[in-house]
Amino acid sequence: MSAGTAKLNVTVAEVKPINDLVTRFKFVRTGGGDLPTFSGGAHTVVEMQDGDITRLNAYSLMSNPADRGAYTISVRRDDQGRGGSRFMHSQVKEGMEMVISNPVNLFSLDLRAGKHLMLAGGIGITPFMAQMHQLSMMGGHFELHYSVRTASLGTYAKELTEHYPGRVHIYHDDQNEAVDLKTLLANQPLGTHVYVCGPKGMIEWVHSTAEEMGWPREAVHSEEFLAPASGKPFEVKCAVSNKIVQVGEHQSLLEALEAAGIDAPYLCRGGACGQCETSVIGYDGKFLHYDHWLTDEQKAGGKHIMPCVSRFEGKTLVLDR
Amino acid sequence: MSKTQFPPSITSRPVYGELEARSGSGHLMIADAEGAEAILDLAKSVDQGFWAKAHIIYIPKKTGTKYSSQLEELGAGQYYAGPSYEAAQGRIRRALLDCHMGTQVYLSGTESLMGQAMAEATAAGIPHTAIQAEHRGSTARRMQCVHCKGITEDVTTDPFECSHCGLSLFVRDHYSRRLAAFQGVRVDAEDPGNIPEKVELFK
Repeated sequence: MSAGTAKLNVTVAEVKPINDLVTRFKFVRTGGGDLPTFSGGAHTVVEMQDGDITRLNAYSLMSNPADRGAYTISVRRDDQGRGGSRFMHSQVKEGMEMVISNPVNLFSLDLRAGKHLMLAGGIGITPFMAQMHQLSMMGGHFELHYSVRTASLGTYAKELTEHYPGRVHIYHDDQNEAVDLKTLLANQPLGTHVYVCGPKGMIEWVHSTAEEMGWPREAVHSEEFLAPASGKPFEVKCAVSNKIVQVGEHQSLLEALEAAGIDAPYLCRGGACGQCETSVIGYDGKFLHYDHWLTDEQKAGGKHIMPCVSRFEGKTLVLDR
Repeated sequence: MSKTQFPPSITSRPVYGELEARSGSGHLMIADAEGAEAILDLAKSVDQGFWAKAHIIYIPKKTGTKYSSQLEELGAGQYYAGPSYEAAQGRIRRALLDCHMGTQVYLSGTESLMGQAMAEATAAGIPHTAIQAEHRGSTARRMQCVHCKGITEDVTTDPFECSHCGLSLFVRDHYSRRLAAFQGVRVDAEDPGNIPEKVELFK
């Protein structure tokens, strides 16, 4: 398959449980040699052979971007999820060979910024770990505000506090600690960029508060990978390949296209990057758009769909694939 | 859309909008000459609370006191009127150094003033797309001679003589945000001495 980016054959070098929910995985190149460089904020798409199902999940790289010897990711187990994180936790063992994609960065640092203000929630800490490595090597100015549920679920909170003294601020939900966002945003010097990675509500809160306070849109960056939503099964006609594809309840449209042998483009598989945007030739029904890519007008227009996360309910859907 | 109608041009040429009040932790307003009108127009639609957080830096140029007393009466937290951009530059830099993210920058008046203040504000860390600019008054240009690199202000004719090296320069629409200037290129480079008549293109 030529969709996505070039693939890397890797071997799992380490599987390390970090706390009750999070496990860290370290990948080295199978047969030795360097991995491609990446920049802080990049992710890789991990392919999982789960029986008959191929699962493709994007995870942020958290290791030092300058270290080409290995990539590390941290995976939070989601028992209500579709099974990707459960597979990583239960099936992936040291020594196992896997396929991952070349790194892609949809959450890069704006290096014109005089200061980088980072806001992390939960497992959203991972891209910042690579960015902090990168910035500390460059002598960059950064400050991390990291919200965790409890001290024991504060993934890497202790290590980060020790490693970057004075630059890391931890907030514990169970102790009613929270970022005082308005005060924080009001006191940033000109040239500061703010980055947020965490739950959807947190991202929206940061975007809306920053906008209200007059922050330029270009200085506010966020990353949220969506897991494809489940929904009613539906049928799609693919005009170019002349195939009729059934999309299952817990399958994304993109996964159904791939299972039918259609070479559909993708990068993030999470509604963020825009790579999988597909033209709609005709439809009779209603779109369930879940992506962050299409504008509201495009979503209302019925001419485009992002198959990685969005769904359809109705009689017929014809796509240009 | 700008109230000044500029002829269609290349994409490098800056375009201007109309100032509108935006929410922000402060309002830095830099204007020259007729640019005061854009601030006075904006004043019609904002409440008094807006001005407490505002800092107006105004260079009246040839308009003298025509607008300065009206601007002063707006009651901005800080008001400064100065004789030239160069005289105001230190204050602009200091104001940018003191303000925080969330400050809105409003520029109005000539392209020379807006371009130079825009360069200061972007160097201070505000993305240029987040800075509002409205053209008012003279369309005279700030030009850079590509040969001697000297800047000539208030150019109204094409061609014009470089105020530094004396060459006759053709006025191009190519613009540098870094220099806040249009590009002037020797008009008789191919055929020395063959200099076309000056045409007054800008007022």
